[in-house]
Amino acid sequence: MAASPEQSPGDVVLRVEGLRKHFTTPGGFRRQPVVVRAVDDVSFDLARGETLGVVGESGCGKSTVARTLMRLDEPTAGRALLDGADVFAMGPRELRRARRRMQIVFQDPYASLNPRMTVEEIIAEPWDIHPEVLERRERPERVRALLESVGLRRDHAERYPHQFSGGQLQRIGVARAMALEPEVLICDEPVSALDVSVQAQVVNLLEEIQARLGIAYIFIAHDLAVVRHLSHRIAVMYLGRIVEIGPEAEISEAPRHPYTKALLSAEPRLDLDAESDAAPRQRILLGGEVPSPADPPSGCRFRTRCWKATELCAREAPPLTADPESRSRPPRLVACHFPESDAGS
Amino acid sequence: MSDPAATPVAAAAEAVQVRRRLPLWRLLVRDRFALVAAFWLALLVVCMAFGPELLGKAATALDLRARNTPPGSLEKGWLAVLGTDALGRSMLARLVVATRNTMAVALTAITLALLVGGLLGMIAGYVGGWSSHLIMRGADVLQSFPSLLLAVVVLYVLEPRVSNLVVVLAVTRLPVYVRVARAEVLEIRERLFVQAARALGGGRRHILRRHIAPVVAPTLLTILTVDFAVVMLAESSLSFLGIGIQPPEITWGLMVAQGRNHLAVAWWLSFLPGLAIMLAAMSANVLSSWLRTVGDPSQRWRLEAPRGER
Repeated sequence: MAASPEQSPGDVVLRVEGLRKHFTTPGGFRRQPVVVRAVDDVSFDLARGETLGVVGESGCGKSTVARTLMRLDEPTAGRALLDGADVFAMGPRELRRARRRMQIVFQDPYASLNPRMTVEEIIAEPWDIHPEVLERRERPERVRALLESVGLRRDHAERYPHQFSGGQLQRIGVARAMALEPEVLICDEPVSALDVSVQAQVVNLLEEIQARLGIAYIFIAHDLAVVRHLSHRIAVMYLGRIVEIGPEAEISEAPRHPYTKALLSAEPRLDLDAESDAAPRQRILLGGEVPSPADPPSGCRFRTRCWKATELCAREAPPLTADPESRSRPPRLVACHFPESDAGS
Repeated sequence: MSDPAATPVAAAAEAVQVRRRLPLWRLLVRDRFALVAAFWLALLVVCMAFGPELLGKAATALDLRARNTPPGSLEKGWLAVLGTDALGRSMLARLVVATRNTMAVALTAITLALLVGGLLGMIAGYVGGWSSHLIMRGADVLQSFPSLLLAVVVLYVLEPRVSNLVVVLAVTRLPVYVRVARAEVLEIRERLFVQAARALGGGRRHILRRHIAPVVAPTLLTILTVDFAVVMLAESSLSFLGIGIQPPEITWGLMVAQGRNHLAVAWWLSFLPGLAIMLAAMSANVLSSWLRTVGDPSQRWRLEAPRGER
């Protein structure tokens, strides 16, 4: 397998520009079609071997980003440059080749494996689709090697999915995704359906694979703790947009966007050193409901639940701009008219 | 990670693993109903293969002294054990000889309906768009038209040959398979493992063959076994009207129809071929349900587990 690639910030493997996915409900007699802007202008870079965590409430468009990047749903607009080639503009043949470089692990391990196929057939399916990758006679051995590399036994190959636990199934899902040796692995809430104890095992497995093969991850989750543990950079999404994106350390130390701050404050934490010096963390409870992406608020989308919102926020949507205090390159970006500052919070 | 074999669930899985090695015929022996059904169908296959050659003469030999002998006695020879018809012909011989025609017509018709209907339904379900509209409206038209009327019209216009009969019967059964296949596909195509196959780069044909057909096939097979009897009786109605199988060729359906005239004095003339139709259809049904269980990895243990553990 490929050696771990050089890791430099400029080495972008996937660049997403202006991704939009709008769903249109069918119109009818005296009924206007409704446009749901599930993902509205999302852009980010993914460096080789890096993990980008994507967090946000359910319904914020995280999974839609994953599905459109894999072209399981067709994007409405935007570009996704995989080493310079636009995945969204590819024809069937090019796309087929691109899929060898970009893979996905789904949330529900029970549903994502065909119950009528043996584990061996499941893990070998990628090679049935891309027969040029691996010679037929080498496949049985490679299946078993992959099983071992995800912490299962060689003889598990002959079994069926119903004979495994959720965590084991997710390992099989990871092994299937790894069969094509992709450069980018999209993990769409891969541990949300698992028990907490099993979550840690799968997360560790993903970390170990990355360390060994230098794969870039887009790791989607609603559990901030898991994302923070695994990610080099974090993107926070709200109602189809990225509100803040930057290095994990900067964001969890000092969130700039009020929504990020609220998310972080909601995270349960053992404050063992609470009495020493750190100021007691205040929990921010957001009022109200997430607005419908079919009818988002004017200006800043978060303003209806933001304690800092002013008239300006209702009038003008804040663009993603570089945080002047950011020490990282590329700098952290925040979409807020009144970002928190190191001094202020 | 701890050794998976240490947990009870994994240990149970281990046990299943060991049992899975049983060959198919051992599984069949364990299920008595399926075994009987399989034997009956095998007997029918033998009748189909050799019946007309062995008993063809006996089936047409008249014996006017032994007219309408009731079944259940060996006085008039072993051929009359199931009784004789109004012309003194052996019912047993006629039933055996009719197997070939009956099966040839009914089996070919429903197999044709299943293959064509299943394929059209899968296309309508997976590809969608205008092809789906075209296929489904076609099915609507076929279904809203009384099938017997359709058959009568077609067989009057064309000549009542066996091949035409088969095609007409297949066409009238088509909509059921189209609809069921489409409905199943619509559900399966949204399953995550199909999405995963798409993400891997699998094309339509790969997904239809690998993931969708194996799920749709057992359902269609079950419908087929029910249709078996329906088609045999439809064929008998057409034969009764004189546009199906032409005497002296015989089928079970035709025998039911012919026995109708003598129902008051000789019930067995219609009852026995009717029974043959029912038994054949039921055996096919039982065996297909057994096959369905065997083919489903998460159900197969029901057959593998020793009796009492089920």
